[in-house]
Amino acid sequence: MPATPTSHALPGPMVSMRGITKAFPGVLANDGIDLDIYPSDVHALLGENGAGKSTLVKILYGFYRADSGSVLLNGQPVRIQSPADARKFQIGMVFQDFNLIPAFSVAENIALFLPDLKPVIHPKEIDHRIEEISTRYDLQVNPHALVSQLSIGEQQKVEILKLLLSNARLFILDEPTRVLAPHEIKALFGVLENLRKDGYAILLITHKLNEVLECADRISVLRTGRLAGTLTRREASEEKLIAFMFEKSLAGLNRHAHAAARSDRPPILRLTNIATHSLGAQVGLEDINLDIYPHEIVGVAGVSGNGQKELGDVILGLQKCSQGHKELFGQEATSWSIGRVRQSGVAFVPENPLQMAVTPYLSVLENMALTRSRLYARLGGLRVDWGAVQADARESFVRFGFSVPSLFVPVRSLSGGNLQRMTIARELAFDPKLIVGSYLTRGLDLQSTLSARQALLDARQAGAGILLISEDLEELFTLSDRLIVLSRGRIVGSFLPTETDNYTVGRLMTGAKV
Amino acid sequence: MSLLAVLGVISSAIYSGTSLLYTTLGEVIDERAGIVNLGLEGVLLVSASLGFAVTKTTGSPYLGILAAVLAGGLMNMVFGYLVITRQANQLASGLAVMFFGYGLSALIGKSFVGAKINPLPRYVLPGLSRLPLVFSSLFKFDFLIFLVVPMAVLIWWLLYRTRWGLGLRAVGENADTAFASGRNPKRIRYQALLVGGLLAGLGAAHLTIAYTMAWSEYMTAGRGFIAVALVIFSNWDPLRAIAGALIFSAAVAFQLLLQSSGAQVSPFLLNTIPYLLTILVLIVWGGNRKQSAPASLGRIYLGSE
Repeated sequence: MPATPTSHALPGPMVSMRGITKAFPGVLANDGIDLDIYPSDVHALLGENGAGKSTLVKILYGFYRADSGSVLLNGQPVRIQSPADARKFQIGMVFQDFNLIPAFSVAENIALFLPDLKPVIHPKEIDHRIEEISTRYDLQVNPHALVSQLSIGEQQKVEILKLLLSNARLFILDEPTRVLAPHEIKALFGVLENLRKDGYAILLITHKLNEVLECADRISVLRTGRLAGTLTRREASEEKLIAFMFEKSLAGLNRHAHAAARSDRPPILRLTNIATHSLGAQVGLEDINLDIYPHEIVGVAGVSGNGQKELGDVILGLQKCSQGHKELFGQEATSWSIGRVRQSGVAFVPENPLQMAVTPYLSVLENMALTRSRLYARLGGLRVDWGAVQADARESFVRFGFSVPSLFVPVRSLSGGNLQRMTIARELAFDPKLIVGSYLTRGLDLQSTLSARQALLDARQAGAGILLISEDLEELFTLSDRLIVLSRGRIVGSFLPTETDNYTVGRLMTGAKV
Repeated sequence: MSLLAVLGVISSAIYSGTSLLYTTLGEVIDERAGIVNLGLEGVLLVSASLGFAVTKTTGSPYLGILAAVLAGGLMNMVFGYLVITRQANQLASGLAVMFFGYGLSALIGKSFVGAKINPLPRYVLPGLSRLPLVFSSLFKFDFLIFLVVPMAVLIWWLLYRTRWGLGLRAVGENADTAFASGRNPKRIRYQALLVGGLLAGLGAAHLTIAYTMAWSEYMTAGRGFIAVALVIFSNWDPLRAIAGALIFSAAVAFQLLLQSSGAQVSPFLLNTIPYLLTILVLIVWGGNRKQSAPASLGRIYLGSE
């Protein structure tokens, strides 16, 4: 139940962090950070990848322990050593990749986090409590549904319900909008607004400026582990925030002159009536017809899990299609092996690089050679020319403007952003003719996002065809020459970016008729 | 085949299935917390030999059961130390515990091979006492048999209707989530292994003190591994484990019946029937159904910084 909102003129901060410092091997993730979080306040934490946002909130939630610094709760110093402590102090957190158990029902997931859960569980009582709170905050979801059957937006509702029912007063949300469709983001902001009215404090991590300006009351910007500054909504502007986030100003994209001359050339990729079997909860593709021409970026919009992964997998040959034909560079390629597809000049950035693009325990250098081992093999495969691998790797990092900490550390130790940069550098290095990129800029900071987008535009200029799968509509509208929308494994819309807008695409993405 | 023979198969299936079901229930709990205990065979052997030795020495089958149960819990704690605290690989640790238990049980049971013990008292099923003796003697059961189905229901209730069970299943699905909910995954895994070990000890006690009433080296003959397979067959559900244990034991009893009725098939071949059945079950149940294996089964929990 919401406590009485603090109504006096200047409420003190609910939680204060003072001088928070945390070092990981080789990185000073947080360096003397001060932060005040007020009740009835949406506080946005803004910053690039690796600026230290996640580390800071994980310290507040007791997931990490700070090397030095203190946390004050309503002015009293407290020690938060574990998530259990944080929950005791009414601090709750929604993690970036959520923390729900797919095999459990909604009710079980929520019960797991109830502080007053009795030793013997009465399912009806829990259902009742869920319904009460979900009606109040417009967070309706069926308590008996398995989480594995819920959409991402519904899962987020469950996460928020979980915090509400666990009596949290401070909600930490780590990039809550990352995977939501536009109308879901809108609904989320509505929920946050209601929470704010009821006196809850919300700490929101994001690196999307427009969202911050839309929903935050107070904005703190982190840069390389330090607090660059805190602004109230009234003081903040896009320029000011960017100035806080980056020392140097950003270069714009060079879109080149539009060189596409489509139908007079044969397509690089032609998919005809492609269908795949759906396994378990996966979506199967149905009736996919798609041509990609040289000098063309085809954007694929869709809520994740609607066949994007399958589309990429079919093109690369990771998944067999049950129907239809695939042609690459004018040749029948339906049954080509992955090796042959790659050799013909197809590059692939999968949606989950840590699982699909690299072997975590090998070094960066070894992973860079992984997809081109034949090129670097000497003496008929008895030796690998590591010198050449190194030279090529360094060259491609420079070319794309990426930096990676070291070529000799295991890939497992890289942050998500570095891993993504490494994968992009490897895949785009040898001027591929067809690029299949899934969520290419997911987890990248603004600077690297721009570099990656520029790399795609350059590849297009050089004649490559590109299939760009993304959930970031702004990215799709910026880069695509043509836009298709996937929903439940079908292409439900095909547009020129100039013909349509966010809301039309967003509605199609979620299966609604326009 | 006569009615008596059929009833004999059923009775024998119930007897041999009881130890299997206790063991399977224990393994369901272990695996629900994310731990595959391949050392189960060794745990059973040590429990069985110790239980038998204590029964023989003290003359009390109840003290024997107690010793077997405690031995089961203790063996699982050793396994737990390896895979939880030392974070060793579960499969390798399990096999090590299996071989260790094999050797240790041979040592404990060495002087008890061929010994006779006071068996656990048996009671006729209520209402069957008026039947002719040949029938009623088939349905005289000890208290461990009467308790095994209620035990399965109790385990189901513990797993699905208590806070402890919810936390335990959460650890098996995602230990980080369980940690984030304020639980201690390592402690919960120890608890699961302890309960699992006590149940395995109960199974071993029934096998040696109530069913065979004898000790011989490697008498469990793969029951520990069969239990691991039965957990998969039962889809990690304690109630379905009842059916699984019964079907498997009926196969054992059936092949014994075939052997004793003088079927013209090599007894070695007949001996393989229950194991063939296990292989068949794994083939049929293998990968083509909705899997409900705990998501972090076999994964080591490393904790956080």
